[in-house]
Amino acid sequence: MRTAELEKIARTIRARIVENAHRTNTPHLGSCLSCVDILVAVYFNVLRIDPTRARDPDRDRFILSKGHGAAALFQVLALRGFYPESMLETYGQDGGVFAEHPPAPAYLVGIEAATGSLGHGLPMGLGMALSARIQAQSYNVIALLSDGECNEGSIWESAMMAASQKVERLAAIVDFNKWQATGSSEEVLAISPLADKWRAFGWNACETDGHDVAALVRLLSNVPDGSGKPVAIIAHTVKGKGVSFMEDDNNWHYRIPTADEVTAAKKELGVTA
Amino acid sequence: MRNAFADEITRLGTIDPRVVLLSGDIGNKLFDKFKDRAKGRFFNCGVAEANMMGVAAGMALCGLRPVVYTIAPFTTTRCFEQIRVDVCYHKAPVIIVGTGSGLSYADLGPTHHSCEDMAILRTLPEMTVLAPGDSTEIRLALCQALTLDGPVYMRIGKKGEPAIHQKEPNFRIGRSITIQHGTNVCLIGTGVMSSVMVRAAKILGERGVSARVESFHTVKPLDQVTLAEVFSKYPVVAVAEEHGRIGGLAGGISEWLAAKDGPCAKLIAFGTDDTFMHEIGSQEYARRKFGLTAENVAEQVHARLLAARSKHTDPAAVG
Repeated sequence: MRTAELEKIARTIRARIVENAHRTNTPHLGSCLSCVDILVAVYFNVLRIDPTRARDPDRDRFILSKGHGAAALFQVLALRGFYPESMLETYGQDGGVFAEHPPAPAYLVGIEAATGSLGHGLPMGLGMALSARIQAQSYNVIALLSDGECNEGSIWESAMMAASQKVERLAAIVDFNKWQATGSSEEVLAISPLADKWRAFGWNACETDGHDVAALVRLLSNVPDGSGKPVAIIAHTVKGKGVSFMEDDNNWHYRIPTADEVTAAKKELGVTA
Repeated sequence: MRNAFADEITRLGTIDPRVVLLSGDIGNKLFDKFKDRAKGRFFNCGVAEANMMGVAAGMALCGLRPVVYTIAPFTTTRCFEQIRVDVCYHKAPVIIVGTGSGLSYADLGPTHHSCEDMAILRTLPEMTVLAPGDSTEIRLALCQALTLDGPVYMRIGKKGEPAIHQKEPNFRIGRSITIQHGTNVCLIGTGVMSSVMVRAAKILGERGVSARVESFHTVKPLDQVTLAEVFSKYPVVAVAEEHGRIGGLAGGISEWLAAKDGPCAKLIAFGTDDTFMHEIGSQEYARRKFGLTAENVAEQVHARLLAARSKHTDPAAVG
């Protein structure tokens, strides 16, 4: 799909996310908006997946390790054809499956792992990538992490094992929006130099603009890169990206937009419906 | 016990290409045959148990049958959240093996004791909890655990534990095994305490008390059929486990008993006290400290049986 089309999809998804947060009174808006371009690049131009054969053993796997971005992932999966958009009307409703974090895979098509507690998705993704080797399959596994999630020791345990096992069909993308729940990720646990950390753990690490869909597609299409190393992409992003009054304002980790704010956001995004 | 585990996992890994063994940097040499016969399916995951458990869950979601092996506290309490979320929430068929469980490593100090593992893992939805009583039960339990479609925790001892079965028993997860029949009391053992219960029964026999012995290799789900039978039939039922008296097999049976109607036996629980063992000592020392010996079990059970009998026959106690 061409970049202009992907960018249009990204704007639509951002609008849907803002509407959903208002309608369902649910948080994590800033975190969802920061990873939209990454999700769109991955789902529309990178993953070898077929929504009509969602359990194909040789499919590429994507794990939203930063599970609090579920509201973004749910919109992407709907637009990618895993289920009708109308299903999302049940978001947050009693008895439904769409909550603030992805449910177990058996309960929603398109989900590869239930996440929400941080630091779980990368180890599970590593297990899936090792399975590909054991079962002589050639799928890739991509895990999307938040910078705050890199606080978790299990991420670095996993990074070391992936390097020691030379798992080259594994990519970790860090949605590096510089914030975690209650403060800047630099202030909370001194996250930088993030790319150097991944390199020191034996990964091929690169940095990119996490809102440049074409650049993301280019980097992810090069996995495996032939080096025998797993790939880390440090995607520099803006929390709340796409809505000027939410950008880089960490209040939107938990704040819920008003009806007027939804209208203003949609106007900025150029989405009328 | 661990040699029996190594032999059986090697046999299973040889015939079943889905079997993968993950070790937390232990079992040096123990798994050489597995590595040789199941090439590419052994992973030393290092001293990084949280990741190891997540990796196992990821493998299970891709159709493999991972078996995770390390010392009991490190494969349970160390990475409990990974077991809860990655394994149980996903109903991933991962077999978690805790070696050197209970007081096996008494002399290494409380960091290496595991007297809480069954209590904690028993609370998790989807989880099956096994504590095989000897090498034969380990082999049968492992083989059968691979046929389940959900997670299993199996705690085992170290090495040199006595056998409780002379011939191969009929083993079914969720059904206890009658090791010997008896008419006066019932002794229930789980894990390495089953052999202690066999010896306790022998001592009771010398005192004229006929004791039935059950091996409760499955702590969850409980064998409610056998429990209903023995708690109705005998005046005294004793339960022994190398585990705290809080939340383990006796804890589970107590929960079951609380909901049971009608008259039933007195339960005597033998397990470790609600304390850390701050002094060093061998496994035998630790067992003596907590009363987990055949002699103490026989003594306590006999005393309780006599008390029950006198209450039953003493007219003053009746009215």
